[in-house]
Amino acid sequence: MPNKKQIYDREKIVIGLAIFVALISFPFWFNMGKASPVPETKLSDKAKAAKQCIAPTAYMRAEHMAILDLWRDTVVRDAKRVYSVNDGREFNMSLSTGENSCMGCHVTKADFCDKCHDYASVRPYCWDCHIAPKENK
Amino acid sequence: MMENSRRSFIKIAGLTAAGLGLKPVADVLASGGVQKKTSPIGDVSSGKNVLKAKRWAMVVDVKKLAQDNTIHACIEACHKLHNVPKMKNMRHEIKWIWEEEFKHAFPGQHHEHVAKEIEHAPFLVFCNHCENPPCVQACPTKATFQREDGIVLMDFHRCIGCRFCMAACPYGSRSFNFRDPRPFIEEIQEEFPTRMKGVVEKCNFCAERLAVGKQPACVEVSNGALIFGDLDDENSEVRKVLDGNYVIRRKPGLGTGPQVYYMV
Repeated sequence: MPNKKQIYDREKIVIGLAIFVALISFPFWFNMGKASPVPETKLSDKAKAAKQCIAPTAYMRAEHMAILDLWRDTVVRDAKRVYSVNDGREFNMSLSTGENSCMGCHVTKADFCDKCHDYASVRPYCWDCHIAPKENK
Repeated sequence: MMENSRRSFIKIAGLTAAGLGLKPVADVLASGGVQKKTSPIGDVSSGKNVLKAKRWAMVVDVKKLAQDNTIHACIEACHKLHNVPKMKNMRHEIKWIWEEEFKHAFPGQHHEHVAKEIEHAPFLVFCNHCENPPCVQACPTKATFQREDGIVLMDFHRCIGCRFCMAACPYGSRSFNFRDPRPFIEEIQEEFPTRMKGVVEKCNFCAERLAVGKQPACVEVSNGALIFGDLDDENSEVRKVLDGNYVIRRKPGLGTGPQVYYMV
């Protein structure tokens, strides 16, 4: 027997491989060029006037979920509810209650929270319990 | 070489995979190890108006409470403020504070010669914020915990709905949301969150009101029938009432140390 490496049924295997690669890469080439643009959050007038949230925008963008998580523990466990920024401003450490809370400034959930969350396909369950401010349409 | 080709291929593949996996670790180490992310510049405090105590307690003046339907005003005020749903099916009932007869509120202390006015008086019952709370011991996630000021509080975020606390509480102070409560709330108050399906809830001694310098909602509408204050403060009103009157507590033999006292 000649010591020669060869693929038996080469044609069938190559066709099969081609079909396999085409199928497995289907989501990539099917969606090519269809990516929706990164959404811009719409700031409320109050948020625009304040210029900066409790921390720089880039930090807030990356860490708001960690801040909210930390805040909820601080409020519930340690009964500390007031957050004072070093520039003198004070905030109510609450997602949705009152003027001085998160939603007191970012008044429309649809324009602020949902835009990015929908885009990134994250579904935080905040609003199962917390009450979003009534949207002024 | 030919004989070993599969073996050497697996070796090289393995090394490559290990190298790829190590890269992020090497990057972190190269940048000076794991760094804690900086927190925003700021500080947390409990606020200016907060009401503080070493041990919050409540005295219920039963006779006063029976007058002018005060008891229902208290229940109504609490349930409205905290978005407590009115379930149609009584097996799904949610209650933070409710009315009970003497024989049910104080089993073991009832006998056939209890004064008629006591026997049929409406007793207002709610979480006793026990000194030694069995619900806190039962909770596997520490969703229920005892604050330093004695309030037995729930972190609804952490409740997994196992209901061990309900089994542990000897006073039936806790209710479970078998259904999504939102459709059953008559008028949703934006100032307090609702709960979701699958969590337990109970009276919180209005921790959210104490934080802004207000008395609990039931105390506010009780016309003086409910007295709330610091048990450790000798000059507080609760202490004065307790010093001058005979009071009873619910199921004292269990050793839970209820902090709600009934003046009969």
